[in-house]
Amino acid sequence: MPSFVSETLAILLLVATLACAVTRPRGWPEAVFAIPAAVLLLVLGVLPLSQAGAEARSLAPTIGFLAAILVLADLSDRYGLFEAAGSWMATGSRGRPVALLALVFVVASVVTAVLGLDATVLLLTPVVLTTVARLRLRAKPHAYACTHLANSASLLLPVSNLTNLLAFRASGLSFTRFGAIMALPWLAAIAVEWGVLRRFFATDLVGRSETEVATPLRIPVFASTVVALTLVGFFVASVLRVNPAFAALGGAVTLAVPALVRRRVKVRDIGLSLDVPFLAFVLTLGLVVKAVSLHGLSSLVVRLVPSGTSLGSLLLVAGIAAVLANLINNLPAVLLLLPAAAAAGPGVVLAVLIGVNAGPNLTYVGSLATLLWRRVLRQRGEELPTSEFLRLGVVTVPPVLLASTVALWVSLRLVG
Amino acid sequence: MIQPMRVVVWLVEGTWQGCLDAAAQILPSDAQVALLHVTPSDVGEVAEAATAGLLGRAFRVHRPTGHFEEVADEEASEILQAAATRLGRENTELVHRRGRVEREVVRAVAEGVDLLVVARDGDRSRLGPHSLGHATRFIVDHAPCPVLLVWPDEAPGIESIPPPPGHHPPPHGPRRESP
Repeated sequence: MPSFVSETLAILLLVATLACAVTRPRGWPEAVFAIPAAVLLLVLGVLPLSQAGAEARSLAPTIGFLAAILVLADLSDRYGLFEAAGSWMATGSRGRPVALLALVFVVASVVTAVLGLDATVLLLTPVVLTTVARLRLRAKPHAYACTHLANSASLLLPVSNLTNLLAFRASGLSFTRFGAIMALPWLAAIAVEWGVLRRFFATDLVGRSETEVATPLRIPVFASTVVALTLVGFFVASVLRVNPAFAALGGAVTLAVPALVRRRVKVRDIGLSLDVPFLAFVLTLGLVVKAVSLHGLSSLVVRLVPSGTSLGSLLLVAGIAAVLANLINNLPAVLLLLPAAAAAGPGVVLAVLIGVNAGPNLTYVGSLATLLWRRVLRQRGEELPTSEFLRLGVVTVPPVLLASTVALWVSLRLVG
Repeated sequence: MIQPMRVVVWLVEGTWQGCLDAAAQILPSDAQVALLHVTPSDVGEVAEAATAGLLGRAFRVHRPTGHFEEVADEEASEILQAAATRLGRENTELVHRRGRVEREVVRAVAEGVDLLVVARDGDRSRLGPHSLGHATRFIVDHAPCPVLLVWPDEAPGIESIPPPPGHHPPPHGPRRESP
């Protein structure tokens, strides 16, 4: 098959996969669309079997790591860690909305960094929303804090975001080094989000809760200790040159066993939290993107992505990554950019991550996908999110990208 | 016969007590008062929007708003009940709506309402500079009836307004005009 035919076919299938993943016809899981796309590319020979095998082998440890983190976060929730965090924030804020927002920032940043952005969006956000409602304060600033920090506070560790996990292996950095370099960019992103949200919602952060705060829930000691030890385990594993995925696996198993023995969870629940369709989606999307990269697009990306680590180059890389994440969603964006970025060195990989992680606060799903998604919402008769979220994105994303990339540049010079 | 004045008081988290107290002082005793609270729908939409960005997790995504809407509705009725008790007038109507806050408030005063009472938002330690949140701004701009904007607290003094740029206050306080 001529190369341009293969390339066109691969691109069409990628776009179709993404479109279906966003709109989800008949409510089917995304993997239902990604698997046939990958199979079709294999059958037509657009993606040679050897290449597919190599890509699958290189993705497998990452997917295993992701699976362990998903189970760890889900079990922490079942042990009541997030409920307890909600109660702790309510008590700690003493009913003052700015103090509550500050605590939401702390908790959301830590949860995102340690348990990943999925945990913040799916497990922490509902708890924060009900906490604010029970305190009879205005919930909007806190809702935005959770959704924004799930993205921009996911810079710190390889486990904080699936994009980081994908980049982690390609970067050749150790877990500890990754964290050490990204600490400053992570703090910079959180600081900018705080400054902007605090001002943007100044008129909503008013009054004081008049409700009696119930006796605070006890922080589940066992679950929080296991999560903390898992975090330590990541660094220890990295020093011992063991794959840190084993620390995540260890944490997940340590939480799972007593819960299973005491019948607090069933094996089925753990199977569900593993989310096999998601893992299959990541694998097959990886294969589809690989097919796209094989036929000419990768050389285009190499030409597009600057390879230096001067401040200007890093800013350009972060900018390109952010734009791409907003055009097509950050998952395919990082898969497309990684080969070129990895060849240019870890500094460039981390700049890509700043772009693809913080960038989505502008349009969340990527503008192409946003258009489709808005159509779906309209068909379902649901109200569209206000222009507010776009306005907030416009005032946060550029300064976050700038501050985090400058911080990365400084970090690379300090930590090297 | 003169119809009693029909008044809607819009109550929001954070300012409702002050708004109600200010309204109680000003409103004529025979005014027909409706207390209005709107549970915002866009908070849930923000949370939903974040899940839309999580490509591939359709299988696991439950409603990210959790019990937020239930809890918010419960708290809204509590606020309305507490407000009716605080106001202590007979025949106070309680109105609970859900949706885009600014639109629902304007809709609630679309017909036969003589006055809408709303509280300013924002920092209470000084006058201005921006004291109307997005919803309040929209309501003041779009309400088809007279709007009374009240301080939810005792208003601070006029000296809390910073002087205009380039202005230097006189060293010994304001000068008096000579007669």
